[in-house]
Amino acid sequence: MSLSETASTPLRYLNDTLKGWAFHTQEYFRLLGRSLHGSLSRPFYGRDLVIQMDAIGVGSIGIVLLTGLFTGMVLALQSAVEMKQFGATIYIGRLVGASTIRELGPVLTALMVTGRAGSGMAAEIGAMKVTEQVDALYTMSVDPVRKLVVPRFVAAIVCLPLLTVITDVVAILGGMLIAVVKLDLTMGLYMRSVYLTMAETGFIFRYIPIDLFSGLLKPVFFGAIIAITGCYFGLKTSGGTEGVGRAATRAVVTTSVFILATDYFLTQVLIALLIE
Amino acid sequence: MTRDSLDLWDSQMRKELREEVRRALADLGDESTLPSVAGPVVELEDLCLAFGDHTVLQGVTLDLHRGETLSVLGGSGAGKSTILRLILGLSLPDSGQVRVEGQDIANVPLRQVLALRRNMGMVFQGAALFDSLSVYDNVGFYLHEHTDLPEEEIRRRIRESLDLVDLEPDQVMDLLPAELSGGMKKRVGIARAVVHRPRLLLYDEPTSGLDPITTRTINDLISKLQNELDVSSIVVTHDIRSAFRISNRVALLSEGVLVFVGGPEEMVASEDEYVRAFLR
Repeated sequence: MSLSETASTPLRYLNDTLKGWAFHTQEYFRLLGRSLHGSLSRPFYGRDLVIQMDAIGVGSIGIVLLTGLFTGMVLALQSAVEMKQFGATIYIGRLVGASTIRELGPVLTALMVTGRAGSGMAAEIGAMKVTEQVDALYTMSVDPVRKLVVPRFVAAIVCLPLLTVITDVVAILGGMLIAVVKLDLTMGLYMRSVYLTMAETGFIFRYIPIDLFSGLLKPVFFGAIIAITGCYFGLKTSGGTEGVGRAATRAVVTTSVFILATDYFLTQVLIALLIE
Repeated sequence: MTRDSLDLWDSQMRKELREEVRRALADLGDESTLPSVAGPVVELEDLCLAFGDHTVLQGVTLDLHRGETLSVLGGSGAGKSTILRLILGLSLPDSGQVRVEGQDIANVPLRQVLALRRNMGMVFQGAALFDSLSVYDNVGFYLHEHTDLPEEEIRRRIRESLDLVDLEPDQVMDLLPAELSGGMKKRVGIARAVVHRPRLLLYDEPTSGLDPITTRTINDLISKLQNELDVSSIVVTHDIRSAFRISNRVALLSEGVLVFVGGPEEMVASEDEYVRAFLR
């Protein structure tokens, strides 16, 4: 290998890597665009949508209940240690309510659904890809994006906010359990504290607390991220059963990072738009 | 082994193969009973395709006549299955043309490609049945997707297709693909491919992984479909015996280059070294 060739190898590698990223980004957003378009135009696959809502929504209720319950309980327990020193245990409800509704509810729900349903989407579609079932759809003039991606996309967008509500409610109740049993607060005092923290930030459309609104807007984006990322890695699967496993792992890792990053930017935007 | 004995062995092999071709043609009946051949259904013209540095197809020119069965033979990685993907419009050539029913599939709008695909049926190597759907839903998938036929009519056509591939509809319709044997999966795959009565059937390794008896059954089925449905077929395979049994013409690919096109008997008589090596 000549000197110039040796020197150009890292540059070529960098060039190929950047091109690869650009290509994946373009394809990812193209899939998002096609899914949005597919959600609003015929043909609709109602039966597949119901199946996916059952898998993503109903199937995730158990893990979301447990996540919410223990998150609320541990939040109350941890904050009680600090708050007791200042005699501020009556504010436990505010802390649990605010942190759950604003951040932990949406993010933890999304991460749990990612682990459960996002990996499943990548594995299921990936298995269909390597066994030529996706090609079979093409040969029968059926668009795999409409048939496979759109029902998952719509189901995730609809189910994530609903699951987040469940997480929020259960977490607040978990916190209340600790507040009542361990800290001798009354249920009324705790719930009033939760309400006050929501009321303080103000209301949108007159009756909807801003915290609740932003806490339920984020899951819509998270649902889209879970479905598109899972389906994208599924559709890009190659390399047999090993490739299916790889696709599922990549889908979970990428979705989790996307959710956390998107959460930060969404929070910035929502604070700027709704609070400031 | 001396050169003379090699030649003797070679000529003996070719004699046996010739006999086999004659028997296969006799099994199919008189050649004149094969559907008439007129005007190409598929035309591949100077096709070239490469993935990175790897050349898949190089200057492939081939056509399929109406009512004809053409087998594409070749070793693993010779580019056989890629030809089917190009015909279906699932891949695009780097250069050259793929014309299906006279239309260049790479240069027509997607809507036109979808319309062309509706006249095609594809039988995949592993059958590619949808895991979550029953045999009934798999076979009826196309009709449910693209027609407004009443369920009764769809049911009748599904039964007809399953009958055509010698499966007992009442016994298999409610089964899931996981509950079927390899041969049954292939037959359901064929039933799904013919349920909408396509004009062109594409088979990707229809007999791979099957035992000799099931292989013979599938071959008979392919011949039967050609006769009963009057379709044109391309069969991608590396099974020489199967190809000779079912084909009007045979094409042989070697590392993306077409080295032979002709009738089974011509192939056996060919003096080309690669052809002879392949037949051996």
